[in-house]
Amino acid sequence: MTSRHFRRELLDGLRAILPLVLAALPIGFVFGTVAAGNGLSPLETVLMSALVFAGGSQFVAMDLWTHPASWSALGFAALLVNLRHILMGASLARSLGLFRRWQTVPALLVMADENWALAEARARRQPLSPAFYLGLALPFYCGWVLASLGGSLFGALLGDVAVYGLDFAFPAVFIVLLMGFWKGADTGRVLAASAVAALTVHSLVPGAWYIAAGALAGLVAALLSPVRQEVAA
Amino acid sequence: MTLDPATLAAILAMMAATVFTRLIGALLVSRFTLSPRLERALTAVPPAVLMAVVTPTAIATGPAETIACLVAALAALRLPLLPAAGAGVVTVALLRAAGL
Repeated sequence: MTSRHFRRELLDGLRAILPLVLAALPIGFVFGTVAAGNGLSPLETVLMSALVFAGGSQFVAMDLWTHPASWSALGFAALLVNLRHILMGASLARSLGLFRRWQTVPALLVMADENWALAEARARRQPLSPAFYLGLALPFYCGWVLASLGGSLFGALLGDVAVYGLDFAFPAVFIVLLMGFWKGADTGRVLAASAVAALTVHSLVPGAWYIAAGALAGLVAALLSPVRQEVAA
Repeated sequence: MTLDPATLAAILAMMAATVFTRLIGALLVSRFTLSPRLERALTAVPPAVLMAVVTPTAIATGPAETIACLVAALAALRLPLLPAAGAGVVTVALLRAAGL
């Protein structure tokens, strides 16, 4: 890959992730604020954001936090909340053909819903380059870690982010990306299964279980959907 | 700058869990040959995850969020990512300001 090509791919990635980084900043800030409220020091907050780097499970951890912290309960909760990563990683792995062996593991370790979704959307149109993925993942990772530090230090100053609609940035982006995945009735079945499972689990079980439930239901729906059209119900 | 041992242990346990979930799917896929059926089913994962993430917001949060989700979806038919998502954010902010 030429350096010009590298730079262009990197910039493409940066441009794609920038709005999501901006949307993640207030959420990271809120996380830092909540963590400070739970008695985590700025160092502990930054360590968690840098090493765990998973917003969903970090917020769940804040819900479950005890004094002293229970590593088994929190580790298990993180495992459950991030079960969707298994399917996401399996799906993304098929688009990592341009990645060298040493690049795939760090790429997967910084996989988050946001950069994963953009990478999958890119891979539908053209081969996914390591430079593009770096452009997605690096600012998102740094933004998340720095925003949690900011929240930990200055959290008390922040008002309610819901007032500005910023909390809605993630669902809005996900819906737009989702529309790009539409490929007819098969997609419809997958989405219906995912929505029903997610809604059911969301109303019955606290925490982020509903995401894994929806992902699994969508996978099952796709597995069950007829390969031959004449079998269609 | 304090670092409580129990907190550090919890952070490391959470890290171990997320490292496992992030790597194991790709590892399994690279080790085993997938049947065409499973291969096809895996392509359903991205839309299924996105749908699961947005469904509670779209259906079970409030009228402002439901309407804004529809606006974002319709805008996505015509507009690129940023303006389409922006239309959803502006919609939700306006509707909330209007008391919905």
